[in-house]
Parts: sequence; C-alpha cells; structure tokens
Amino acid sequence: MSKWSTFTDGFVKNNPTFVLVLGMCPTLATTTSAINGLEMGLATLFVLVLSNIVISLIAPMVPDKVHIPVYIVVIATFVTVLQFIMQAYTPDAYKTLGLFIPLIVVNCIVLGRAEAFANKHGVLDSLLDGIGVGLGFTVSLTVIGIVREILGSGSVFGWKFIPGDGILAFVMAPGAFLVLGYLMVLFNKYLKRS
Amino acid sequence: MEYIIIIISAIFVNNIVLSQFLGVCPFLGVSNKLSTATGMSGAVCFVITLATLVTYLLNKYLLVPFGLEFLQTIAFILVIASLVQMVEIVLKKISPSLYQALGIFLPLITTNCAVLGVAITVVTKDFTFGAESHMLNLGQAIVYAVATSIGYGLAMVLFAGLREHLALNEVPKSFRGLPIAFITVGILALAFLGFSGIV
Amino acid sequence: MAAKSNLKNMALCLTLVCLVCSAILAVVYAVTYDPIQAAEKKALEESIGRVLPDGGELSDVSTAEFGGQKFDYYVSTADGTPAAYAVKSTTVGFGGPLTLMVGVLPDGTVYNTSVLSHSETPGLGAKCNTDAKFMSQWEGLGPDKVIKVTKDGGDIDAITASTITSRAYSLAVSNAVAFVKSIVKAEEE
Repeated sequence: MSKWSTFTDGFVKNNPTFVLVLGMCPTLATTTSAINGLEMGLATLFVLVLSNIVISLIAPMVPDKVHIPVYIVVIATFVTVLQFIMQAYTPDAYKTLGLFIPLIVVNCIVLGRAEAFANKHGVLDSLLDGIGVGLGFTVSLTVIGIVREILGSGSVFGWKFIPGDGILAFVMAPGAFLVLGYLMVLFNKYLKRS
Repeated sequence: MEYIIIIISAIFVNNIVLSQFLGVCPFLGVSNKLSTATGMSGAVCFVITLATLVTYLLNKYLLVPFGLEFLQTIAFILVIASLVQMVEIVLKKISPSLYQALGIFLPLITTNCAVLGVAITVVTKDFTFGAESHMLNLGQAIVYAVATSIGYGLAMVLFAGLREHLALNEVPKSFRGLPIAFITVGILALAFLGFSGIV
Repeated sequence: MAAKSNLKNMALCLTLVCLVCSAILAVVYAVTYDPIQAAEKKALEESIGRVLPDGGELSDVSTAEFGGQKFDYYVSTADGTPAAYAVKSTTVGFGGPLTLMVGVLPDGTVYNTSVLSHSETPGLGAKCNTDAKFMSQWEGLGPDKVIKVTKDGGDIDAITASTITSRAYSLAVSNAVAFVKSIVKAEEE
C-alpha cells in the first residue's frame, strides 16, 4: 500500500462516519453548527494522530494480554492534555463541546485505529493514517454541521443568508439522526461504488 | 420529590440516547433483535450503576482531597475497564446462567460512552430541581444512574421493536441497513421531544 | 509483533505506562495551570467590562448574601464614589442553571447584561445569548421599568417560544437590581 493511499483511504473508502459508522456520539451531538462540527473533528484529529504515533512506537514492547488497557491509558492521557490546552487557549470551544471532549477516550475511531492499524505499522504510516482518518472525520462532521446549520438556523459558519428562524428540529436531537441518515443515503448512492 | 424529578428527567426528557447522544454505537449495533436488545440493556444498567458508585466515591474521597482532578478521565476509564472485567469474572463464577445472557455484551461496554458519560456528568454537572440547582449526592447519583439506564433500555427496546418490523418491509436500496435505521431513530427522537418541559 | 505475556511483564508494563502517563499529565497540568487561570480571568473581566460604563476603578470580588442567595459582585469606583456594580446572578432556566453578569448603576438602572454560562436549548432559549432584539432591551433599562416578561405584566419582550428562559433571565436581572439597591442603602446608612 502506497503512502498516498494510506492517507486518502480515510476520506472515502474508510470514511469513519459514512462507511465505518464509528464515533457516532460526538458526530450526532456536536454538529449543531458547522463551526462546532469542525472543532470537534479537529479535537479528535489531534488525539488520533498523537495516539497513533505513540502506539505504533510502543506496540512491540507491550505484552499481548494487556494491550487494550495500555492503549486506553495512552489515549486518555492525550485526551486530558487536549482538555488542558483547550481550557487555556480556546475556552469558548471547550465550553461548547463540553462532555464530548473527555468522551473522545471512548470514541471507537481512536481505539479502532490503534487496534486495526497503528499496532501493526510503522510510525510514518500510522501518522499518515491518523491524519487521513482524522481529516475524514473532520470533513464529515463539518458537512453534517453545515447541513444542520442551513436547515436549522439559515446560516453557514454563522453567516446568515436565509432570514427567519429556520426549522428548529434540525438543531435539536431528532435533526441530527435525520440529517445523518439522509447524508448516508446520498453517500451510498453516489460515492460508495467508485 | 427530587428523586422523582431525576427519574422522569433521566428516562424521558433527557433520554440518554435520543437527546444526549450517548451510547449510540451499541444502540445501533445490537438493536436488530428484541432479545439481544433487552440483554444489552440489562448489562448496561448493571455496569452504569456500579461504575457510577465507584467513580463517585473515587472522585470524592481520593481525587478531590489530593487535588488530582486532572487524572479524572484516565482514572474513570481505568475503573470502568477493570470493573467490566471483574463483573465478567464474578458472573462466570457465581451465576453461569446470567453470564450466558449478558456475557457477550460485557466487553462491548467498556467503549460504550454512556458509562463514562454518566460517570463524568454526575461529578461535574449541576442538576436542576425546580428553582434551584446543585450537584448530586451519592443517593441521587445512584438513582440518576439507574434511571438513565432504564431510559437506555426503553429506547433500545422501542427501537428494536421498530427494527423487527422494518426488516419485513421493502426498503429502497440506498436506504437499506443503517440509513433507514438513523431516520427511524430520528422520528423516535421527535416523539421524545414531546416530553421536554414536563419537569 | 507484540511481546509474549507473563504475569511479570504484564504488571511491569501496566505500572510503567500508568506512571509515565501520570507524570506527563502532571507536567502538562502544571504548565497549562497559569494560562487556564488567565483565560478564565480574561473571560470574567471581559464580561464585567461589557456590562459596566467605561472608566472607573474596578474592585476585587466581594461576596454578600441577600434574599437567601449569595452574590459575587464587583464595584467600579469613580472619584471616590461607587459608580456602578457588576453582579454575578444565577437562576434556573429551561435546561439548567443560567448565570449572568449584570451591570447596575446605584440608582437601579440596568447598564447592560451578559451571559456567563447557560444550558438552554440551541435555537430556542440559547438565543438569550445571541438574539440582538432580546439582548438590546436590557441596555440602560431604567429603574421605573418592571423587570418581568410582558406575559407576567412586565416590560420585557420574551424570546419567541422561550418564555421560561426569558423569565429566568428577567429574574436574574431583577435579583441583581434588588441586591444592588440593598447594598446602596446599606452604604448610605
């Protein structure tokens, strides 16, 4: 597998949201607007890249039976580091995303990539895989955020172009499920076959 | 009175899956059949309650007094992971029949964000009771954990019932599998929206 | 591939990883402690700055009890006399606690308000922090006005479909005004 395809697989073929359907909780909960989706995606990207790098380095030394707890501790460490950094430098984003920052620990994407990729590959490949999957996740979240923001508030990234209140349900919980469902339909119809 | 508010709010108004989006992955994964759905709900209820009890005490008597709150995430996830392992071992020994019913779901629960989500919520968030709000005490935390998992079970059983019917219907090709499942959950969530505002 | 597991290397590995990770976290915690405090202080100062008139010297935080509730407040002094008060006021909204910073002049006029934290529904009650029409009516709200939503016979236009949030907001402001009046009265005596 070439380095380039390692990197691009995360976008379409292994898109974490629309194909693998992993990490649904933050996907649904934080995409009330485009900017929130983007921030959540980048936060996950940060943890994913760092944990992939470290796990690919330590994997040969970890005894087989304890590898899951060790990976979880590594991931939890980076998540907590991210919490401190966000509290210090982007307190507003930290407040909006709230509970879903610590919950990156149990995001199946991060542990999934550690198990399926990082513990079998070298540092460089794992780094590229982390960036690819992380960006795939970020793009998906941002797209869902854009759709929900247009329907729910009539704006994109806070720029309002449809007057009035929008369809409230799309900002609230049901809209998250509906938008994700219909986007998956579109993804299946137009992108999956290629 | 406060207990009733906690119970109603956790089961209906702030349903953990349909309005807080926690534990969605196993919710979709094991809701194909009614019987697996009830099994998973039972296991989740057990682990959430136990995990909330342990993490609440850990936080109050170990992390906070020693100023170690920064280890919260890491400590909680370790507690949950080892708790799940322990429950598995103990169940296997003392009640093989229960183990058979819940066993296959237990390893899945470590990465169920509902468990960590409830544990963190209980020690960080203020809860509202009528005109005032405060953190939960131990008893209320346990009630909250139990009620939340009942809400989880309720959503899961309702959804599994819908999905069993769905399986018998002709669904357009691009909608088959998860997309139609998401749209169904969306409509279920719309129905639950009707509960908002009752407490 | 992964190393063979035996009890000794499993225990050793887990202990080592936990120790290293805790050490890393302790270091990052220590390094980011000051920036986090600074960010919190800056956010607080910005919200105070928004609700008080320019100029004047700002006091440190004081706390006093009024009507069974504790209030944190800051006094802005100009020419030796208190020119305005910024009061942190919490009530319960639709989704949970709603905390405001309310700027009040000594005569009971509301100078301005700003939301410190809320957990209202996005697109509904959360508009108390974004809706220009709702927010602007607090600016310079005179002491002759009744701080209640119009539905309850007051002078505040509620956010559409968010009466509970608007009521909570009004209550937080009127509590702050009543609190400031009580301090001013106490100082006069």
